[in-house]
Amino acid sequence: MEKKKTISEVIKVRDLVSHYGERQILNDINLTIKQGEVMVIMGGSGSGKTTLLRTMLGLNTPTNGDIELMNKSIIGLSTPELYKIRQQFGVSFQGGALFSSMSVRENIQLPLNEHTRLDQKTMDIMCRLKLEVVNLSGFENLMPAELSGGMLKRVALARAIIMDPKLLFFDEPSAGLDPVVSAELDELIVKLKNAMNMTIIVVTHELESAFRIADRITVLDQGSVLITGTVDEVKNCENERVQNLLNRRPRNENVDADEYLKRLTGSM
Amino acid sequence: MKKSMLEFTVGVFMIVGLVSFSYLAITVGGTDWFSDQNYKVKARFNSIAGLKEGAVVEIAGVRVGKVEKIKLDKNEFEAEVLLSIVNGIKLQDDTIASIRTAGIIGDRFVNIKPGGSDETINPGGMIIETESAISLEELISKYIFESGK
Amino acid sequence: MIKESVTRFGRKGVDFIETTGMMGVFLFNCFYHVFRPPHKIFSIIKQIHFIGARSTIVIVFTGLFTGMVLALQGYHNLKDFGSTDLLGSAVGLGLIQELGPVLTALMVIGRAGSAMCAEIGIMRHSEQIDALECMGIDPYRFLMVPKFIAAIISLPILTFIFDIAGILGGYLVGVVLMGVSEGSYFQGMYNSVDWADVQLGFVKSLIFAILIVWIATFKGYFLHILKSGGHGAEGVSRVTTDTVVLSSVMILASDYLVGTIML
Repeated sequence: MEKKKTISEVIKVRDLVSHYGERQILNDINLTIKQGEVMVIMGGSGSGKTTLLRTMLGLNTPTNGDIELMNKSIIGLSTPELYKIRQQFGVSFQGGALFSSMSVRENIQLPLNEHTRLDQKTMDIMCRLKLEVVNLSGFENLMPAELSGGMLKRVALARAIIMDPKLLFFDEPSAGLDPVVSAELDELIVKLKNAMNMTIIVVTHELESAFRIADRITVLDQGSVLITGTVDEVKNCENERVQNLLNRRPRNENVDADEYLKRLTGSM
Repeated sequence: MKKSMLEFTVGVFMIVGLVSFSYLAITVGGTDWFSDQNYKVKARFNSIAGLKEGAVVEIAGVRVGKVEKIKLDKNEFEAEVLLSIVNGIKLQDDTIASIRTAGIIGDRFVNIKPGGSDETINPGGMIIETESAISLEELISKYIFESGK
Repeated sequence: MIKESVTRFGRKGVDFIETTGMMGVFLFNCFYHVFRPPHKIFSIIKQIHFIGARSTIVIVFTGLFTGMVLALQGYHNLKDFGSTDLLGSAVGLGLIQELGPVLTALMVIGRAGSAMCAEIGIMRHSEQIDALECMGIDPYRFLMVPKFIAAIISLPILTFIFDIAGILGGYLVGVVLMGVSEGSYFQGMYNSVDWADVQLGFVKSLIFAILIVWIATFKGYFLHILKSGGHGAEGVSRVTTDTVVLSSVMILASDYLVGTIML
């Protein structure tokens, strides 16, 4: 019984604290993500959501706290061990992060090329399959520079799922996209969850898209978790700061311009 | 198609590099990698003033080897020079080795004047008859000194 | 007041030591992977094509003109002493020991070093390096190793091509134009240039190859940490400028250093 329970929790974040230089970015974050759900991490700019994502991926080292991916702590792992764990999950970055010197096909096949010994024909079939999933069949031979923003993100998604990961991280799926394309991407995320039973972590600041796709939402503000709960729970939350975020009200504080600039540049 | 073109270009580049290297190393640099058809003989000089390791050894103006090593004999205070000579060139035991200068300010080299003996010097042997370097300064001072007398 | 400036000076010193340490660790990481095959042969070939093959024409021309200038200068200086016979050896030694390796390295910095730095800087900026790490692909292995191996192969070849182009340029001016005898030009060169001189040029070009790739990739890779870096297009351009300046200076400094050690 005990074992079954632990498997259902894919990511556990405990007491996470992170600093950038002198500045504290994350303040005592606790978060549990369950198998097969879409967890949206939401917050405004500078709320620390990207830092949280990068720390979960092992790209940033936290000051304190622990992160377990699939029951294995990733803090203090050696680089090769980290690479091994990362092969089990897919990441789609904000701008797509496609390699501009490689065609769409080469980009998508890169993980296969590096980690498997499949022959070219098999890889081509797998590539076509994943492009089908993201509705981009026939785009294999184009270069990233020839694609639009939405297409780039979908290709990045195809690359992220080429190894059939259990866990998918998605950084700002709707940033810089028009509402229609953004909605398409949201649909795609839900489709992936239902069809392939993936656990998906999405970082976004877009309310609409968050409500569309989320099973649960974590609201982050100034480095702390305000609330974690279902869409309805978040919508009905009484917390003033959550309501401010939901209603897009500007923060009710007197911001001194000089002080704000100092906070941005990190020079005290 | 594109890939093979790339590989072809790189191949040509590497071949050009190899050819250039061989030219520089063998012709210009004069390595003797491919020939250990050399043998060594020693020669002693009172003075070798200005002779350097790697200098040319000539017979009748033709290059036949080079100066391998120079050291001082601490007992006799003479310079001991190790010459490496191309195989097939036999030196008689009354051969004379002398140190010459190419032009007035040119490089020093070792000139070998063949002898007439039937005996040849074996590898590792010694050229007994030598002429030391002619020092221009000495010649001039001698001339001034003698004419003053 | 005084305390402040001392503090600032101290911070500069700490920064410098930190950066130097980072560069050392970076180079160690790169070489750790260079010596751990298997390597992707095709990526190496692609890099040789970029660093080496496509620089050939430029190198031939710079070599040619360098040799011509050397011969012109040398001829006028030697003519006064009546020893134009030494022209070949002057041109040959100058090219093979010094100018060949140094000028080739400077040309490669301009052509390939800056491009390498910008390429990796942009990859860092657009999260491509993070993406690599997240795919479980080691960026050192994937990005740096082919560049290092390609440069170590390409630079000596380019240097040899430069030397020969220079010798030819010297021949054109010295022999064809100024009328030094062909025999004395070549024979003088053959006699004065030793295998040790060719070796010196070779060793220099190897060291320069490592220096160029080291500085360029380091500056690009740590774009986000370096003082002069920072994100964005401006950061990339600053780091690229840094790369060109620093590696040019390092080339000349290490040229002197190698010269004193090996001569």
